[in-house]
Amino acid sequence: MAEVLVYVDHLDGAVRKPTLELLTLARRVGEPVAVALGSGAEATAPALAEHGAVKVLTADAPEFADYLVVPKVDALQAAYDAVSPVAVLVPSSAEGKEIAARLAVRIGSGIITDAIDLEVGDEGPVATQSVFAAAYTTKSRVSKGTPVITVKPNSAAVEAAPAAGAVEALAVSFSEKATGTRVTSRTPRESTGRPELTEAAIVVSGGRGVNGAENFALIEALADSLGAAVGASRAAVDAGWYPHASQVGQTGKSVSPQLYIASGISGAIQHRAGMQTSKTIVAINKDAEAPIFDLVDYGVVGDLFEVVPQLTEEVTTRKG
Amino acid sequence: MSLRIVVCVKYVPDATGDRHFADDLTVDREDVDGLLSELDEYAVEQALQIADEADDAEITVLTVGPEDAKDALRKALSMGADKAVHVEDDDLHGTDVMGTSLVLAKAIEKTGYDLVICGMASTDGVMGVLPALLSERLGVPQVTLLSEVSVADGTVKGRRDGDTATEQLEASLPAVVSVTDQSGEARYPSFKGIMAAKKKPVEALDLDDLDLEAEQVGLEGAWTAVDSADERPARTAGTIVKDEGEGGKQLAEFLASQKFI
Repeated sequence: MAEVLVYVDHLDGAVRKPTLELLTLARRVGEPVAVALGSGAEATAPALAEHGAVKVLTADAPEFADYLVVPKVDALQAAYDAVSPVAVLVPSSAEGKEIAARLAVRIGSGIITDAIDLEVGDEGPVATQSVFAAAYTTKSRVSKGTPVITVKPNSAAVEAAPAAGAVEALAVSFSEKATGTRVTSRTPRESTGRPELTEAAIVVSGGRGVNGAENFALIEALADSLGAAVGASRAAVDAGWYPHASQVGQTGKSVSPQLYIASGISGAIQHRAGMQTSKTIVAINKDAEAPIFDLVDYGVVGDLFEVVPQLTEEVTTRKG
Repeated sequence: MSLRIVVCVKYVPDATGDRHFADDLTVDREDVDGLLSELDEYAVEQALQIADEADDAEITVLTVGPEDAKDALRKALSMGADKAVHVEDDDLHGTDVMGTSLVLAKAIEKTGYDLVICGMASTDGVMGVLPALLSERLGVPQVTLLSEVSVADGTVKGRRDGDTATEQLEASLPAVVSVTDQSGEARYPSFKGIMAAKKKPVEALDLDDLDLEAEQVGLEGAWTAVDSADERPARTAGTIVKDEGEGGKQLAEFLASQKFI
């Protein structure tokens, strides 16, 4: 069976969930060969093997951390040359998309970003995308070269599919351009203890109606009762109530959880663009005319300061 | 020597309008108003601030697009950019991101540059890969997704707020930069700026000028093919209740019925 290259997103050897989801899709296309780079690369192998990687190519060098993006492109290209895959799949993180794009130029291929599904067609992998703030669903394929496709988190279920996952060292020689952009310092983001926003099964978001940074405690309490991530609308972020890293919408994160709870969010196009593909949508808003209610499976017209605490209490009680 | 800044901008259909696809599955530009992509305004703003700090700088705004795309250039010129380059050619219709990056790279090289500044993504395609593609094609460093940027002594520095960490980056010029919507509010064009923009030069280039062949771009030359574009079915109308004191409990009941609790 043909091999498909899967770029691994990991943190010191801990494989992030979108990569495991990617393996589910990769197995439809061919035999997944994973590429893990940087500190802890070899430690990724057991998790990757468990989810279907037949091989795990690893490389570690100071360049991966000390310089931006290009060293990783050099390594992925080395893997591409060694494997001659039928497709290259990369998680749709900001960095993942940049790596994929540069690889595509080098190997003379087209690129599709932010796929939400992948199937095998007569002319290679067909990617489903959600575009124009999720008003349209498109199906596309790469028509020149080996398809390079980035896939959004929450696009497939994580499936156990044990495979050999044999670790092989990948020989990488860095290009002259690899050291062009120096990373002079790196400050890891403080963990909130909550799930990663783009990966979470449930997201609870607050908007203008939350009316103050201190009131986000209500949103956080509801999120914690459900084991959810916390999001915020652009209005709430621009007002300085919640960090930009949590912004859901066109200029923030795009999320696609099983359940999205919007509190005090009117549902402007800018916000809808980032959450409209959520499976179940729930909203709480004072304004019965708010556009968010056009999207919901269940909506409560009411004061979030009454409804949200009551909901939190009820969830906590039921979870006992 | 003068710091030559090229800002790449895109003319996009208004996101608040009713965007849809034309019969050939390209973006329909006829039935919806176009404008300068909001995220590119941040790029123009940072270019203006960097130029202010430099002893001597010249800002060129560059776009690839149909006749109407001039509106986007005019907006950038009215904000304060010095001149514009418009790549327009009938054969460009349907060009995808690989083709666009090829055309832009050629036009940037022809214009001459020390610093290329882009927005973080367009508001229509929203791929966010063009700056990286330009960096790869031009063979110069990428310093991308910056929420702070500064240029001094031939070096560009900036802060990149990533998913897992905040990084400080630096690279020697020439380089390709992209800035996020956190980089600072874009200025509104002044009346004086709008009047001045009318007299600023807009250079028109076509594929011949850039030594490109029609086969390298356009719908036929695209590296990707869209097979179908279907309007997402409207979500089925949900249940909406008015809170009469039990709204939170009713919502919990719904979540339980859907097995979320």
